[in-house]
Amino acid sequence: MPTLKRYRLLALLAWGLSLSCAAEEFASEDTQSLDGQVQEIKSDVLGIAAELDNLEERLLYPSGTQLALFVAFEEGQDVEIDAIAVAIDGQPATHHIYSFRELEALQKGGVQRIYTGNVPTGEHELSISVSGTHDDGEDFSVSENVRFDKGVAPKALGITLAGPGLGGSGIRVGDW
Amino acid sequence: MHRTPLLATGLAFCALQATSPAHSDELKDLYFGEALYFAHQGYWFEALERLDAEVRQHEDVDEPERDSLWFHIDDAEFSLGDFELRYRMHHRAGRAIRAVLEGAVDEQVRNDAAYRLAKIHFEKGQLDDALRALTRISGTVPEGIRDDIEFLRASVYLAEGQWAEAQESFRRLEKSPDFAAFAAYNLGIAHLQAGERQLAIELLDRAGQFPAEDAAELAIRDKANLVLGTLLLESGEHLAAAPYLNRVRLDGPFSNQALLSAGWANLSVENYQRAVVPWSMLAKRELTDSATQEAKLALPYAYGRLELHGRAAIYYGQALDAFGTEIDKLAESIDSIRDGRFLTALVREEMRQDKDWVIRLRSLPEAPETYYLMALLATHEFQTGLQNYLDLADLRAKLVAWQRTFDAFDDMVAIRHDHYEPLLPAVDTRFRELDSRMRLRTEQHRILVKRRDDLLTTPRPEFLATRAEQAILAELDALEAGLGEGELSGASRVVQERIRRLRGLVAWALHTEYHARLTEFDRNLRGLDEAMAIAESQYQQYVRSRQAASHSYEGYTDPVRQLRTAVRDSLAKIDSLMNRQGHELELVAIDELVARRERLETYRDKARFALADSYDRATQAQARSALQ
Repeated sequence: MPTLKRYRLLALLAWGLSLSCAAEEFASEDTQSLDGQVQEIKSDVLGIAAELDNLEERLLYPSGTQLALFVAFEEGQDVEIDAIAVAIDGQPATHHIYSFRELEALQKGGVQRIYTGNVPTGEHELSISVSGTHDDGEDFSVSENVRFDKGVAPKALGITLAGPGLGGSGIRVGDW
Repeated sequence: MHRTPLLATGLAFCALQATSPAHSDELKDLYFGEALYFAHQGYWFEALERLDAEVRQHEDVDEPERDSLWFHIDDAEFSLGDFELRYRMHHRAGRAIRAVLEGAVDEQVRNDAAYRLAKIHFEKGQLDDALRALTRISGTVPEGIRDDIEFLRASVYLAEGQWAEAQESFRRLEKSPDFAAFAAYNLGIAHLQAGERQLAIELLDRAGQFPAEDAAELAIRDKANLVLGTLLLESGEHLAAAPYLNRVRLDGPFSNQALLSAGWANLSVENYQRAVVPWSMLAKRELTDSATQEAKLALPYAYGRLELHGRAAIYYGQALDAFGTEIDKLAESIDSIRDGRFLTALVREEMRQDKDWVIRLRSLPEAPETYYLMALLATHEFQTGLQNYLDLADLRAKLVAWQRTFDAFDDMVAIRHDHYEPLLPAVDTRFRELDSRMRLRTEQHRILVKRRDDLLTTPRPEFLATRAEQAILAELDALEAGLGEGELSGASRVVQERIRRLRGLVAWALHTEYHARLTEFDRNLRGLDEAMAIAESQYQQYVRSRQAASHSYEGYTDPVRQLRTAVRDSLAKIDSLMNRQGHELELVAIDELVARRERLETYRDKARFALADSYDRATQAQARSALQ
């Protein structure tokens, strides 16, 4: 039984150091190099992703016809939305149902690319519908139609949503 | 549109926060905003991909001040390092942050960068470098990271063994809203390490009564009490240890260890009845915990000391059964890991969506080993390896998906090629005709414009003659030439006079109507300008469409092939790294389980002997009582 009587002060102290936010690297050299190689491959794959994005953009969304739509929240506005739907020239283009994390990211100033596609040069109509829930639990839905011109350069439009409850239409669309 | 700097939005980094100043708070660069959108969700790969591309593009532009990222460039470069750090790319992160440090940046940004660099060094165990980076912090420090810097400095001193400096730093944090509880505990530890035992006891006592509010503070308070109790217990002050051990919450993360120590404290002063209380409680808890296992043996031992050998025998019997079951489970777990099921369970997507996925692993029936690996899973060493493994699994999934994309790209290019190739020769022939006509008309238009401009400065009425007037003037010229050279006869003179009168008549019209004609000419030319602009626009549109047709399928073969090769090579590397990293994780896990099994086997042997001994003693006691 005496062997059971082992107090672990040293272990606890060591644990204290680590809890105080410290962290040691893996001890073995092999692990060090393995970690380095993992970092290297991450860098390589990031490079591939960048090239692939570039290729994809050239192949799928040539600059002459490219249209990209972005969603952002008005600064300082506590917007609580559930979903957004976008139509171009009366045809549904995209829709999105928001998760909590996505809403939080938008509230912190992130910008969501909601659509990338192609439209011919000329005038087009963009229809945006937003639905959500008020603080009192009542559902709401607002929409906005705007016209825009697509020139020969890629077009980026920003959809800015305001709250609470998206008073007015609460949807503002503009060139970015 | 404004954006919250990522660093100021509570994405905790080792329980610390930071803010980053920037040139502008209003978001002017969409793609930076997009990177932030991913970063705020913890998608570091995507955030890095977007921001890296945007920063590179910004570096390549001739006039960077006209680029929208110019307004956020400090913040963007800083965020790049930050994202790399969070994506566990310390090599690149260090470089990015050093670049910020060496750039001509705002004092606050530089201090923030120095702090982050110090953290990287600290995380990697490079304590001298961490201290050097911390000494670069001077002047105005961003409010949001002031305490974080101090806490980091104190932690580095503590790890370096510079107790006095650590104590000084921790004292400065005594009133910090975020760090006071941790500083109080660590201050006690710093004094203990410095050999100032009595002062350490007082400080740990104070830390053990800290008015904690959240779970982390409650945990550190428990830990202070546990360390203090254990310290006194080790030095033989058993009675003094008990109150501190009793302060530890029964539902906290340190409760098992505290219950075990409380039992030993009472046993050491031969207060067996009081030792039974915490051990009875502990013996009913989760058996995978080593404190519980120890209590399973300690409890019957205490009953034995109370001369309750019958009850001791029962508990030894229960311990024996329990250890046997656990040893079997451990054997199963070791086999399960060897079969690769452990790694399969770790990379399950639904598990990783949950921030408590490590806890939930325990509920996976197909991963019994995780019952025993909670402590191991929580260690930094294992976490680093595990995170690397998970990151590699994510990268692998991306690469496999991209491989399928290449096939789709190939199909798309082939379809476009087959569609356009038969059409384009005829289109090009027609275009060449159109092109030559267009060039001719453009040249004619240019001449007319020049003529109009010349007429505005040097009036030339004959240039504005109508077609009929031009014909008349030409006929008059011919008639006059027909009169011949030399002395004219009488009739010829009459004709010449008539020609002169007629020429005068035309000249009269040309001169008197000159302004009206010039105005008309200008109006017509302006109309032509509009028609020419439309024609030019259509021409350019056609040229663009023609180019787009070619560009839609030409020039993709090489890039796709190169990318395909790069993806294939990366996949091979990742597979090899995953094997190595996975094997390492499995070995560490198996070592841990084997050690646990050996420990349990020792306990089982002890329980077996103690059980026999207890039976003997119970039988003897029974015989004695029968005799009496």
